[in-house]
Amino acid sequence: MLKLEARPQASRLWSYGSPVLALAITVVIGVALFALLGKDPVRGLQVFFWEPIRTPYALGELAVKATPLLLIALGLAVCFRSNVWNIGAEGQFVIGAVAAGGVALLAGKTTGPWIVPAILLAGMLGGMAWAGVTALLRDRFNANEILVSLMLVYVATLVLGYLVYGPWKDPMGFNFPQTKMFERVTQMPRLFTGSRVTIGLPLALAGALALWVFLFRTRAGFALQVGGLAPAAARYAGFSSRSALWSALLISGAAAGLAGALEVAGPIGQLTPYVPAGYGFAAIIVAFVGRLHPVGMVLSAILMSMFYIGGELAQSRLGLPKSLTGVFQGLLLFTLLACDTLVAYRVRWARPSKGGR
Amino acid sequence: MESYALLIGSTLSAGTVIALAALGLLVNEKAGIVNLGAEGMMLCAALAGFATTVGTGNEWLGFAAGALAGALLAAVFGVLVIWLNTNQYATGLALSLFGVGFSAFAGQNFVQAKLPELAQDGIPYLRDLPLVYGAMVLAVALVWFLDRTRAGLVLRAVGESPQSAHALGYPVRWIRLGAVVFGGALCGLAGAFISLEYTPLWVEGMVAGRGWIALALTTFATWRPARVLLGAYLFGGVTMLQFHLQATGVQVASQLLSMLPYLATIVVLVLISRNPAWIRANMPASLGKPFYPGS
Repeated sequence: MLKLEARPQASRLWSYGSPVLALAITVVIGVALFALLGKDPVRGLQVFFWEPIRTPYALGELAVKATPLLLIALGLAVCFRSNVWNIGAEGQFVIGAVAAGGVALLAGKTTGPWIVPAILLAGMLGGMAWAGVTALLRDRFNANEILVSLMLVYVATLVLGYLVYGPWKDPMGFNFPQTKMFERVTQMPRLFTGSRVTIGLPLALAGALALWVFLFRTRAGFALQVGGLAPAAARYAGFSSRSALWSALLISGAAAGLAGALEVAGPIGQLTPYVPAGYGFAAIIVAFVGRLHPVGMVLSAILMSMFYIGGELAQSRLGLPKSLTGVFQGLLLFTLLACDTLVAYRVRWARPSKGGR
Repeated sequence: MESYALLIGSTLSAGTVIALAALGLLVNEKAGIVNLGAEGMMLCAALAGFATTVGTGNEWLGFAAGALAGALLAAVFGVLVIWLNTNQYATGLALSLFGVGFSAFAGQNFVQAKLPELAQDGIPYLRDLPLVYGAMVLAVALVWFLDRTRAGLVLRAVGESPQSAHALGYPVRWIRLGAVVFGGALCGLAGAFISLEYTPLWVEGMVAGRGWIALALTTFATWRPARVLLGAYLFGGVTMLQFHLQATGVQVASQLLSMLPYLATIVVLVLISRNPAWIRANMPASLGKPFYPGS
């Protein structure tokens, strides 16, 4: 029978190989699923992995969706590395979008270009405030951060709903639940003509670089990770777990809020009930598949963006529901966690011995 | 008078959804496993139950399908965390994300579907009763099982100290799997209850966080079945309060009222967790920790 044997050391090879294997297994399951649904699997694979990179415009769209995923995942990586289970990034994203949208709505036609940094700052502060609630309740009252941050996702979505159905509704909008379109001057500057890529992309890439420096080249980043890996050792070294909790949540809240600001003042251009698109949850998968490493997460954000675009194309070209994206995302995380077993264990063929259980 | 009867009936009904799921989760947490996949299991089960009832016209088959769907997903989760020692939080999260995506995908064709008339007859408030009473009986049965039976003692031992239970010769991993599957089946039953009785239709994401509230409830209730039941009815009451307030014409936006159950969850969680020692004293000692036999 097959037996798992603990490796003396975590396998470096498999720590990189496991996401690749997980993706391969997900693709195999995907092919089987396409066949089962009576669709051409080759066409299905094309839609997910070839169409999104085929033209410059498609590449731009790939970057547009990868940007919020990467930004949120960067923040989550800080949380997960310090063993803080923030799974409410979606709520922090929404409140960041609301705060940024509020500033954008205040701006008139003639506002100066300083409004762009003001909008981004508002988004970051909004996300930080929302994540700060979770940090406060965990710090002061020991309330489980998984449950609090998740409950706050529902509350954030309802806050957005209240605003766009109520006080912030566009009076000229034929009663649609949405704000007026933001003024031109408040829209995020685009990088290229003919593409929707905004300054969000370089910001996210700079964020990845900043995270690399923070994690691997600063004392604060080191302290944070020790606190996550070995709380006792961190206490002995005098690293505060409270400050790790606060900084992890505030950093990830700021990143998610920034993503929200870039999204509403960029591709969307107004607040609607459809601002929460699940990026906050998909970014959890991006973070894990990218091994919580900045470079890895750039790659996995692109992959996850392909899943989003593939899902949309599967709907328009193959007549499959868009929610196919969610199925593949969930499958990928599942298979990744299973494949990660290979990092810590090797699979051995062992004769069934007595008492083997 | 009529309206109070309706309020009480609907409170019990809303509470039963959370009670069923939370009692199931309580059992697998007593065995030392946290399953954050409750929301995903409930969604898939809500769809499985709804689709089965639409297809067969039999509501009881729908409930059975829901329980089966929950149990199957829980079994996959169980094999991963128990035999492959994957992180319980991450794996549960994966199950929730998968469940949300899969139910939205597979349920596409059922969004406009209606339950057959056959399942709609019966006395309005009484149709829920078998499961409402079922949840109460289950809570009592669990108190008896956990405190008074040998099997319950073994289950708790597996959650407190799996190494000792293993040394005594109990099949720790299989007991944990059994508890996880039981939890999944009850979450499934709760999910089917939502789509068949509580709001008899299928919409994407219709569980609306009840799986997470049920998870929170096991902590509030410090892993005691009777307190779980009481807490579930309190939440049912809070949920119903918002509809009642709306119906009586209170001038508050519906979105703000809809926040009540989520805010209430946070408030209660804060109140209960304030005393970490109390939580620690009641929490199964090996909750969330992997178990390696023979190490």
